[in-house]
Amino acid sequence: MAVQSSEKSFREVFIQLPSNTIDFFISFVDVFLSAIQRLVGLKGMPYVFVLPNLLVFGIFILFPMLLNFAYAFTGGSEFFLSERPWVGTANFDQLLTCDNFLDPNTCTQDRFWRSIYGTMSYVLGQVLWMVVISIITALILNRGIRARGFFRSVFFYPVLLSPIVVALIWKWILQENGLLNGIIVSLGYEKLPFLVDAQWARFWVIGISVWAFMGFYTLILLAGLQSIPADLYEAASIDGASEWHSFWSITLPLLMPTLIVVLVLALIRAVQVFDIVFAFTGGGPGTATLYIVQYIYDNGFASPNKLYGIAASASLLMAGTLVVLTLIQLRFRREEV
Amino acid sequence: MKRLVFILFLALAMLLAACGGGAATETPVAPAPDEEQATEEPMPEEEEAMDAIEIRFTFYADGNEADVMQGLLDEFMAENPGITVVLDVVPYATIDEQLPVQVETGEGPDLARITNFGAYQGKLLDLRDYVEDPAYFEANFPAPILEAMGYGGFPDGLSVTGPYVNKTLFDQAGIEMPGEGATWEEWTEVAQQVAEATGVEYAISVDRTGHRFAGPAMSMGATLIDSEGNFTVDTPGFRAFAEVLNGWHEDGITPSEVWLVGDSLNSCIDFFKSGELVVCMSGSWQINGLANDVGDAFDWVVVPNPTGDGGSTGVAGGAGFAAFADTEHPEAVGKLMEFLMQADNYHNYVSNVLFLPAHSEVASAGVDFQSDNESVLGALSTYTAEIPKLQDQAVALNVHPFAFAYYRNSANRIAQYLTGELTLDEALARLQQDIDDAIAEAGG
Repeated sequence: MAVQSSEKSFREVFIQLPSNTIDFFISFVDVFLSAIQRLVGLKGMPYVFVLPNLLVFGIFILFPMLLNFAYAFTGGSEFFLSERPWVGTANFDQLLTCDNFLDPNTCTQDRFWRSIYGTMSYVLGQVLWMVVISIITALILNRGIRARGFFRSVFFYPVLLSPIVVALIWKWILQENGLLNGIIVSLGYEKLPFLVDAQWARFWVIGISVWAFMGFYTLILLAGLQSIPADLYEAASIDGASEWHSFWSITLPLLMPTLIVVLVLALIRAVQVFDIVFAFTGGGPGTATLYIVQYIYDNGFASPNKLYGIAASASLLMAGTLVVLTLIQLRFRREEV
Repeated sequence: MKRLVFILFLALAMLLAACGGGAATETPVAPAPDEEQATEEPMPEEEEAMDAIEIRFTFYADGNEADVMQGLLDEFMAENPGITVVLDVVPYATIDEQLPVQVETGEGPDLARITNFGAYQGKLLDLRDYVEDPAYFEANFPAPILEAMGYGGFPDGLSVTGPYVNKTLFDQAGIEMPGEGATWEEWTEVAQQVAEATGVEYAISVDRTGHRFAGPAMSMGATLIDSEGNFTVDTPGFRAFAEVLNGWHEDGITPSEVWLVGDSLNSCIDFFKSGELVVCMSGSWQINGLANDVGDAFDWVVVPNPTGDGGSTGVAGGAGFAAFADTEHPEAVGKLMEFLMQADNYHNYVSNVLFLPAHSEVASAGVDFQSDNESVLGALSTYTAEIPKLQDQAVALNVHPFAFAYYRNSANRIAQYLTGELTLDEALARLQQDIDDAIAEAGG
């Protein structure tokens, strides 16, 4: 009995002590919040609650954006804004001066335009393949296949890897004396220039990024597929609809809101691509896989003589493009809904 | 409301815990009774500890430089118990890309091992005000390098570019190595014959940087820098070597990943170390790495730079120890730099890392290199013989304030030419524009 009583009291103390401590601190904080509420009123309290996050957003997102905006209108190689001369739109003029916009060789900043065309080609290819493969994968994983959970994990696993790790692994596989060429040679064929031929490099950059990120989009689409009521398919089946007809008339329309989210996310992420390509090809061969973010990085950070003004201007142009793309997508979404 | 307050409290507590890490470590701890007496009458050692100065030294290494430097720093700290030197070993990319920004914003280290001597003008500490014997400092290092560094540091060695050759492959092929005075075309042909005879995949290559490209180009007659320090890239010699390099790629005798993959410095030395390449044009700083990585897998030698219309020249280069003007401890930094520049210590460093000395007293006394590897000693001897042959522009290049603008842009533009994106005319015009823009942007 004595032992039981001792255990009980220990349990009570074990539970009550932290509980009392928490109660004390809650009351303590309550005093402060009540004081603030008296000061700003009940209607002002939501703003107090969002203030910490707003501060973080302001310091780490909004302020650098404003700073970037200011840098875009300055020249020189000095770091501090106060030491940089105002050049107006000279950086934009330099970036946007071309005799023929379709031929980067005629542009003052030919590498900028090569990176723009490279990014456009990458975005089109990558987003298209990403969405198509993600839909197909999600449709397969949504069916009652064996070891479904295992396959879902397998497709999601690359998302957990660092893009740099992904790039280095694939570089090891695809380099001239890499694993894949080793297999090709062992089968009696000639090596293939996976990294040093422009077409091959572009192909693999898209292939690897689809492989690395499709798990994320597949997961979103899978959630969208599972939210479609099963009785719609049953009704369609009773009416004699084929699987293709069901997909076209039920799955696709009901999946469209999710699909647009996926499309917007994939599009934005594709325009921002940097790390995986930088580690994989470094933008080469030549400028075959040089994309806009690497162009900005090269000018602002990697170049021995830092061209912050050019880098900031290019990033503003990129931000403008992203805003336009997002607005188009939103407009499209509104029309769909 | 209480639930909301509880959640807020937890969030606040987590925030405070996250922000309070640094403060927590500074929380004073009450001294134990037997410690209290000691605090009343501090011992001399404790007095020194209280006055301890910490100096941060950002350092990169290609071989064993960091280990050798750590040994020297330990010696220095033993002699100067009030000064702690922390050696931060970083990749070269950090020195190349991040250090200039750190220094510009006043967040840089006290010292660093740098290669871009001209990049820190006005940012380095004039050591003549902080060493006991400024005359010794000025007298023992090459004046162009000291001037480029604003007397804020000194070179930790003198490097020269030149070709490494896999001697074992030549022996196996039964082909004689071309002697001094052979041209790049002759070396290309012979290396190709050796590669074919031995079944080795690649014959010849050069590191992907304008620095290593410059030596062969100058040997073929390029006048890259004139007497006033102006860059001119479109010269017959520069074109000639660009065409030679393009020929290597078209013939498939060079590891094309060196020039075509990546956007920064790539070296052919890894292909050479793995025995896949007959000739690799790199530089003297690779000796230590080769000695360690190749071991006795094959014999390698350094040969004199091939000859052309412009003679035979490599390009001078090297790294240096730089002290930054923003340091809070200029006296301690001056003391450390003076320690490192002393002939004994400098000799200790270069003899262990296998660098050619840039210190005239050490050079004239001779260096007892700490290696019994014949390839290493032969390479050091060949590179030493290359120094008197260096053209003036080959010495002036690396200390030029815009040398690195040339190095990086030339590699990128030549790579565009090699892939067919640009013609040679276009590539050279773009390169000239890149360098001119960099100079104009910097107000030069």
